[in-house]
Amino acid sequence: MADILDRARTQVLERGVGLDESDILEVLTIPDEDLTAALQLAHEVRMRWCGPEVEVEGIVSLKTGGCPEDCHFCSQSGLFTSPVRAVWLDIPQLVEAAKQTAATGATEFCIVAAVRGPDARLMKQMRAGVAAIREAVDIQVAASLGMLTQEQVDELAEMGVHRYNHNLETCRSYFPNVVSTHSWEERWETLTMVRESGMEVCCGGIIGLGESVEQRAEFAAQLASLAPHEVPLNFLNPRPGTPLENQPVLAPRDALRAIAAFRLAMPKTIIRYAGGREITLGDLGTRDGLLGGVNAVIVGNYLTTLGRPATADLELLKELSMPVKALSATL
Amino acid sequence: MTAIWCDRCGVARAEGDHTACAAARELEPPRYCPDCRRRMKVQVLPTGWSASCVEHGTLSPR
Ligand code: SF4
Ligand SMILES: [Zn+2]
Ligand SMILES: [Zn+2]
Repeated sequence: MADILDRARTQVLERGVGLDESDILEVLTIPDEDLTAALQLAHEVRMRWCGPEVEVEGIVSLKTGGCPEDCHFCSQSGLFTSPVRAVWLDIPQLVEAAKQTAATGATEFCIVAAVRGPDARLMKQMRAGVAAIREAVDIQVAASLGMLTQEQVDELAEMGVHRYNHNLETCRSYFPNVVSTHSWEERWETLTMVRESGMEVCCGGIIGLGESVEQRAEFAAQLASLAPHEVPLNFLNPRPGTPLENQPVLAPRDALRAIAAFRLAMPKTIIRYAGGREITLGDLGTRDGLLGGVNAVIVGNYLTTLGRPATADLELLKELSMPVKALSATL
Repeated sequence: MTAIWCDRCGVARAEGDHTACAAARELEPPRYCPDCRRRMKVQVLPTGWSASCVEHGTLSPR
């Protein structure tokens, strides 16, 4: 077995201390014959430090498309000739989406908007939407509305938003290749304000944007230094009309290496399977990930693309004897 | 009525090969109206989607 896995067993599994950047890189480049052992160890780490429960979440797009930013992977940027049109959900549709999510047994419902940051209209819609959901559905509400001001952070916390998602997307050194309309540091600032407000920090990114494997290690180390409550792991699903439309889909083995490496970097963090798992890893990939360090899933559809049916994930969790985390455990 | 336009890429179905589009559509809602190729207003919800054309009405999952 590779030395790195011996070291990780002592440091991460036994002591709960995540790997540093150079060790993460070793896991990201582990030979094929050691990959199964790496995933097995990542799974043991997850079971030891997080337990068998899986946190289930649904997401919905409150405002789709027409974003002024230019994140090169995103079909919702208004700057590319993507076929995604701008559209808003109304409050009854938002409540319906929360109900559909709760019906799957999910405890988290994340409201997402394609914006640089919220304007007064969006904050007003959020206030009404969160109140209507809390009235009608038993579920935790999270939000992802781009970069925030301190006032907006305070307002969201006061509305009862318990977790805020803002992805760094990729490592600091590669970020300028992917986004030119704002900086990695601006994203970091929002994350700092969110953390100080007491809301839980949810921050992850996308693997397979064309970053080098060294940069993937850099990204995992930077996320670990932020110590978010949750890390959503996406794999690029190249979208028509975006600058990354011809970027090849990540090789399945590299996606699995990333899952193991991110778990070994962050033993105690919720690591969530997010977009792109179906296209990158196929139907069997969900099982491999859940047995390789992942302990949370987005069920059902994504923001502009579709996921496999929620029932398929829930049946799999049952088969793997991984209970869905209950609402009482999160309140 | 048989669709004239590919609902994923917006090109005439009679032109070119849309096998990849059909495969991709398993995990995507339609984007172009199959009758007039207008870009549709698409809403994706956790367990469904709807796509509407001002001229030809609303599509939803079969
Ligand atoms: S800020 Fe968000 S919605 Fe806007 S282009 Fe970037 S990723 Fe897409
Ligand atoms: Zn087509
Ligand atoms: Zn039409």
